[in-house]
Amino acid sequence: MSEAFGNFATRVRSDRGWWVAIAAIALALIYPFIVETLQDLPLVGDFVPRTGSMVVMLVFTMMAVGLNVVVGYAGLLDLGYVAFYAAGAYVAGWFASLQFAQVSFHFGSSVSNEQPGIHISMWLVLLLAGAFTLIVGILIGLPTLRLRGDYLAIVTLGFGEIIPQVVRNADEEGIGFDLTNGTFGIAPIDSVAIGDFIFRAEPNKDDLHYWTAIGLLLFTVFCCVRLRDSRLGRAWIAIREDETAAAAMGVPLMRTKTWSYAIGAFFGGVAGAFYASYKAGAFPADFFFNISIFLLCMVILGGIGSIWGVILGGMILGYLNIEGLATIGSKVQDAGVEFDPTKYQFGIYGAIIVTMMLFRPTGLIPERRHKIELEEGVHDTPFYDVQTEGSLTDRNPSDE
Amino acid sequence: MATPVDNLLVADKVRKEFGGLVATDDVDFTIPRGSIVALIGPNGAGKTTFFNQITGVYVPTSGSIVFDGTEVVGKPPHAIVELGVGRTFQNIRLFAQMTAIENVLVGMHCRLKGGIIGSVVGRPRVRREEKAARERARELLRYCGLPRRHEEYAGTLPYGDQRRLEVARALATDPKLLLLDEPTAGMNPQETAAFTDFVRRMRDELDLTVLLIEHDMKVVMGVSERITVLEYGEKIAEGSPAAVQADERVIEAYLGRGAAA
Repeated sequence: MSEAFGNFATRVRSDRGWWVAIAAIALALIYPFIVETLQDLPLVGDFVPRTGSMVVMLVFTMMAVGLNVVVGYAGLLDLGYVAFYAAGAYVAGWFASLQFAQVSFHFGSSVSNEQPGIHISMWLVLLLAGAFTLIVGILIGLPTLRLRGDYLAIVTLGFGEIIPQVVRNADEEGIGFDLTNGTFGIAPIDSVAIGDFIFRAEPNKDDLHYWTAIGLLLFTVFCCVRLRDSRLGRAWIAIREDETAAAAMGVPLMRTKTWSYAIGAFFGGVAGAFYASYKAGAFPADFFFNISIFLLCMVILGGIGSIWGVILGGMILGYLNIEGLATIGSKVQDAGVEFDPTKYQFGIYGAIIVTMMLFRPTGLIPERRHKIELEEGVHDTPFYDVQTEGSLTDRNPSDE
Repeated sequence: MATPVDNLLVADKVRKEFGGLVATDDVDFTIPRGSIVALIGPNGAGKTTFFNQITGVYVPTSGSIVFDGTEVVGKPPHAIVELGVGRTFQNIRLFAQMTAIENVLVGMHCRLKGGIIGSVVGRPRVRREEKAARERARELLRYCGLPRRHEEYAGTLPYGDQRRLEVARALATDPKLLLLDEPTAGMNPQETAAFTDFVRRMRDELDLTVLLIEHDMKVVMGVSERITVLEYGEKIAEGSPAAVQADERVIEAYLGRGAAA
């Protein structure tokens, strides 16, 4: 353990990034206490997000970090990530609401035993949702991940549409059994609670959810960093770099890709379940295709493959989506201009992405590997054929 | 079939058709354990296609390839690597955005066991394995002539070092049979000579069997104990370097009709 701490300490000392991360975490933890002070600041005060908005931003960021495992590490373009978000939310609906009122099952839940339906402690439900979506990820992944590149993207797009449609129709009329309550969705969903202490019942309900969301995001980041630096993470990046070479070096393509898909799905499921619990409902209208694209934009804006980048990208787009554009819009209108940016939100996100691609294609905080590629033009240098004999001898003499 | 026990690889009537094109035409081929065998032939003779069938990249249209007692036809590439077939590529295919040492570690993938949960919680066994793997990777890099620059991205290494790294990565898979696809392409004469010695050294020190595709006849004649010549997917000659050099069909294939006379 002391060795691990030693490592960590050296990293903190040697790497400015870690200091920034620690400062950011500390600041994030005290945010609910300082938010009102910040909002009172002149000029910028109006742009400070409410704690409740922060919860939503964090949930979406968590999903973006999960999606980054698929898109960033393994290089698999997934356009249907919303399916896992939906699956997670409905698991919360099944195991922590009145949905299955024909049975009564309570386990560790703060909900009164009188109430019908399945009520399992939300903490367990989060885990269940993760496990369920992980399995969904494997089931979707096995047939689709045989495809490469664009074909894979198209099929994931299909699944991203199928699952919300299933959810919309899996009711009495649709399948003869009310699984999802159709277009009405499942509500209310139980809140997160510790013992009988229900988070939502508190006057500062957002604060507790906020800290929980921070905890979940940190957990996601921790897992992703550990996985990235593991044997599996190396295999993901090898596949992203050159699938054929990876296979020829003993990396099982299907298994490795499926794991990236399943692990990405896991975090999407947990985030979905938590969000459903925070909003106290799972509604089919929330699970549209544009969410998948929105999450992908977060990853691209922040920096594909870069965890810190994706967090930054997620928070920025999340903020614009939930509060920022509206705030900007009201400012603009106060200035007497008739323009409502919320009407053009996807146009604005699109413009952001285009601008990024033109001026900073590796994202706000690029992954170290990509940075090298762009700065040193790795792929512009032919490896073979074009190199003359001279190039073999003009290596730096100090290397010998 | 009476397979002599000392053959590490036995290919029997291996045929690969791409549409109407027969890339390898019922090629019979054996590699004695511990030998250095060369596969030569003019461009487009089917050498690399044959390599790709041994390594599982292509599945032969018909025929069988038995490696160390196991039929490998139909097995996916990673399973064949696990059996002990390592390879390099004709046009270097390193993971350009991974460091030299990471490239070698990917080569060790199938020899390591660290799982998902173990990696996330940092189980001591996984940590130890990872540490040992890194040490072994450095050892391999040094062995292949890369004493430094282990933390540099493979794509930024000089060409010669990239070639060395490819060999190190192939050795990391812990192969019994090492396939080298034109390993000296682009090397100058001194480097080629050094590499030839290195191939022999690897064979002796690492208990390897080596199959190489090569165009440089100096290398082929200098290093290999047996040579197989392919032309238009057909095996036209096989034997010791001296015998192959004297073979009329080989001279014809390389120099054209009439040259042998």
